[in-house]
Amino acid sequence: MYSEKVMEHFSHPRNVGEIENPSGVGTVGNAKCGDIMRIYLDIDENQIIRDVKFKTFGCGAAIATSSMATELVKGKSVNEALKITNKAVMEALDGLPEVKVHCSLLAEEAIQAALWDYAQKNGIKIEGLQQPESDEHKCDIKKD
Amino acid sequence: MDKMIYLDNAATTATRPEVVSAMLPYFTERFGNPSSLYRFATENKKAVEAARETVAKAIGANASEVYFTAGGTESDNWAIKGTAQALKDKGRHIITTKIEHHAVLHTCEYLQKNGFEVTYLGVDEFGMISLEELKSAIRPDTILISVMFANNEIGTIEPVAGIGAIAKEKGILFHTDAVQAFGQVPINVDAMHIDMLSASGHKLNGPKGIGMLYIRKGVRIAPFIHGGAQERKKRAGTENVPGIVGLGKAVEIALETMDERIRKETALRDHLIEKVLAEVPYSRLNGHREKRLPGNTHFCFRFVEGESLLLFMDSKGICASSGSACTSGSLDPSHVLLAIGLPHEIAHGSLRLTLNETNTTEDMDYTAASVREVVERLRSMSPLYEDFMKGEDACTAKK
Repeated sequence: MYSEKVMEHFSHPRNVGEIENPSGVGTVGNAKCGDIMRIYLDIDENQIIRDVKFKTFGCGAAIATSSMATELVKGKSVNEALKITNKAVMEALDGLPEVKVHCSLLAEEAIQAALWDYAQKNGIKIEGLQQPESDEHKCDIKKD
Repeated sequence: MDKMIYLDNAATTATRPEVVSAMLPYFTERFGNPSSLYRFATENKKAVEAARETVAKAIGANASEVYFTAGGTESDNWAIKGTAQALKDKGRHIITTKIEHHAVLHTCEYLQKNGFEVTYLGVDEFGMISLEELKSAIRPDTILISVMFANNEIGTIEPVAGIGAIAKEKGILFHTDAVQAFGQVPINVDAMHIDMLSASGHKLNGPKGIGMLYIRKGVRIAPFIHGGAQERKKRAGTENVPGIVGLGKAVEIALETMDERIRKETALRDHLIEKVLAEVPYSRLNGHREKRLPGNTHFCFRFVEGESLLLFMDSKGICASSGSACTSGSLDPSHVLLAIGLPHEIAHGSLRLTLNETNTTEDMDYTAASVREVVERLRSMSPLYEDFMKGEDACTAKK
């Protein structure tokens, strides 16, 4: 049911791990619903994402989208990273089954949550970035 | 793939070569319709009746009480809807359990939308219903008790004889979905006071697309499939002769080998359970430790998710199954795991491994080692595990 790209990223996920003293960290999802994604960002003084790591509790699609999302933001500026949508992550993975689309949304939200954390810590305002909602609503996404 | 260990026998089993050989002539040579009158076809009628005899004997029934169907799901639908239809003027209350297969649950839900009331009995932490609770759920208008013989996920064997005794005493029909148990453990419809029993061919090394419903003599339920006069006018449609012959052969072998299989499978099962629980921290066995199907093991591993587990097990060459939401395409994890009281987050990390007598101790060792490796790998990327270990560290530091 998964594309080869998804299986490849699931089997060999990129950027798994933690970053000590990260510039920003974002956790989204809910264990009750079966997926949690956490993304760590290391951002330099020019607002370039120097390093990114993730940890994910979830299905094959959740792990693959985390892996792909970290690949997509690595080396990008904060503003570029903000523009990465779940669609871009899905396309890069050659698509996801309908019931797994919410996993890609989770990846987009995790990046934004990490960027929000970075902005908060540094007192920066990033154009177009909104405060992540509490993770309690996440189960609803699956119902769509 | 070089190595494959098939541990999903609760989903389906390999058709035995002897079963296939028995079936083959009925496709090309002996293709006659058993209802036809020439000898070429009446020979097939005999083959069908011989299979019926074998199947009946396996549960201590008479051949005239066995009706062939297209499978377990049809049998469950027929038993429940047929009883509801036949007895609706007597009462409209049905008792079943929260851990039934969807073939029973969704049928009951359908009846609820059509004027029937259904009580869903809960189960204890091992998946066992309480006979006391069953007794107090019985009402004057209760027409049917439907409790599965053994659970398809966690393998728990229900107190069927006790349920049957209560049903008999109260004069209520008792149906059991024995799809997982038939051919795996001894069943006697008289000793257990079973009025109706559903079974399927492909769970006991028989073919897919064939099943049966046992209906005790004197029990009248409405027909489900209308048409010709086949199956004593109770189940229309030209007989699936190859399937019926295959089911008969599979049951014959299942009976002959049952004691030996139970002995072997129980030993393998217990070995696997012991190894997995010993080698994987934060793991638990689901289902009853002793009162469980000989080939069933079912675990939960904290901090990991079931679908990922399955995919990684697949890469190790192991075919398994899970009750996680992600594998079912629905929001909630398995209704059975929730019914035994597991929180959602733990139920998501479940793994079912159902073996058979052809597996070896080496298979079980390899499987346990693979489970350990895969769970460790998934935990190394799990934020839940990270938080848990940090919490652990904090606790140890405080001390």
